[in-house]
Amino acid sequence: MPQFDPTFFSTQLFWLFVTFTLLYVLMSTLAMPKIGAVLEERQRKIDDNLDKAAQLKAEAETAIALYEKALAESRAQAQAILRSAGDEMTKQAEERQKLLGERLAQQVKAGEARINAAKEQALTHVRDIATEAAKTAAAKLTGVTHEDATVAQAVAAALEEGH
Amino acid sequence: MANPVEQFKIQPLVPLEVGGVNLSFTNSALFMVVSIVLVTAFLTLSVRGRALVPGRWQSLAEIFYEFVANMIRDNVGSEGRKYFPFIFSLFMFVLFGNLLGMIPYTFTYTSHIIVTFGLAVVVFVGVTIIGFARHGFGYLRMFFPHGAPLATAVILVPIELISYCSRPFSLAIRLFANMTVGHIILKVMAGFVVALGVFGIVPMAFLGGVTILEFGIAVLQAYVFAILSCIYLHDAIHMH
Repeated sequence: MPQFDPTFFSTQLFWLFVTFTLLYVLMSTLAMPKIGAVLEERQRKIDDNLDKAAQLKAEAETAIALYEKALAESRAQAQAILRSAGDEMTKQAEERQKLLGERLAQQVKAGEARINAAKEQALTHVRDIATEAAKTAAAKLTGVTHEDATVAQAVAAALEEGH
Repeated sequence: MANPVEQFKIQPLVPLEVGGVNLSFTNSALFMVVSIVLVTAFLTLSVRGRALVPGRWQSLAEIFYEFVANMIRDNVGSEGRKYFPFIFSLFMFVLFGNLLGMIPYTFTYTSHIIVTFGLAVVVFVGVTIIGFARHGFGYLRMFFPHGAPLATAVILVPIELISYCSRPFSLAIRLFANMTVGHIILKVMAGFVVALGVFGIVPMAFLGGVTILEFGIAVLQAYVFAILSCIYLHDAIHMH
């Protein structure tokens, strides 16, 4: 077997040493730093993107929190407005009711006054009519025409008695 | 039928002799040069684009790099970082030597015991130096298992010593034998294909299977060589 022929041992060891040393130098100074840099760069980019994603997520969460706060605030505001509007309306309604009540009371009073006046008047008229009727009736029945004043007195007396 | 060991013959291409020592540039040396040129070209050209999402070649280069990086991290630990370029060069050198040998008419330098032994000795001497540099004479405790009764030292120390010193041989012979035997089988089978004529189809089918197997062995042996180096390195750094 040629493997055990020592003639070529020295040359093989020599070229093994030369090529392997050269390969070691090429690998350690040229190829490996390049590959290492590529891998490192990728890892850095991945880390960067993860960081960015985390940052964006945090930002989104802040935005959501802000939005929710604004929503709660506006809801509270709306409720306050609703409440104040309701209060206002109740107050107005009460005021109007009071005003209306006063006016009605006034009108009732005025009406009563008018009724009283009409009653007085009517009563006076009744006496006049009764006097007239009594005078006419007396004249027809007795043929004597009495003085107005006498008749009036008599009617008044009769009315007093009728009471 | 061609001699199945003829493929391992060293042929001087450029004869060279320095001080009586034969340093001729041979077919073996040629394929070592081809191998390191291919490795360097592959690993530098593929990552030239520095693509964030790697293409096929860049992916492959990254896989080799991370494969060896993980191997060192798992087997040696963080202290192994320093030896990453060496283990990586070793792995690529053996891998490309094995794979180049699978191409017809090429020369497989890893099928030569002197080459594999040269690599194994570098690993062995390097590991031993690292061990003594880190632990001083305490590294000699490697040869006596911790906690064993003192009386057993008479037996254990020689056994451990022999097992430690046989490391470069096992490392060298494993790779050399796998490559040599694989290539001989392929050659003998190929001889049968020609000799049997029409019935050559049987060894031909077998040859297909063996070729696939040999590709697997080429990768596996490179891995074994690198991982055993890692384990020896781990022993030297952490002791047992």
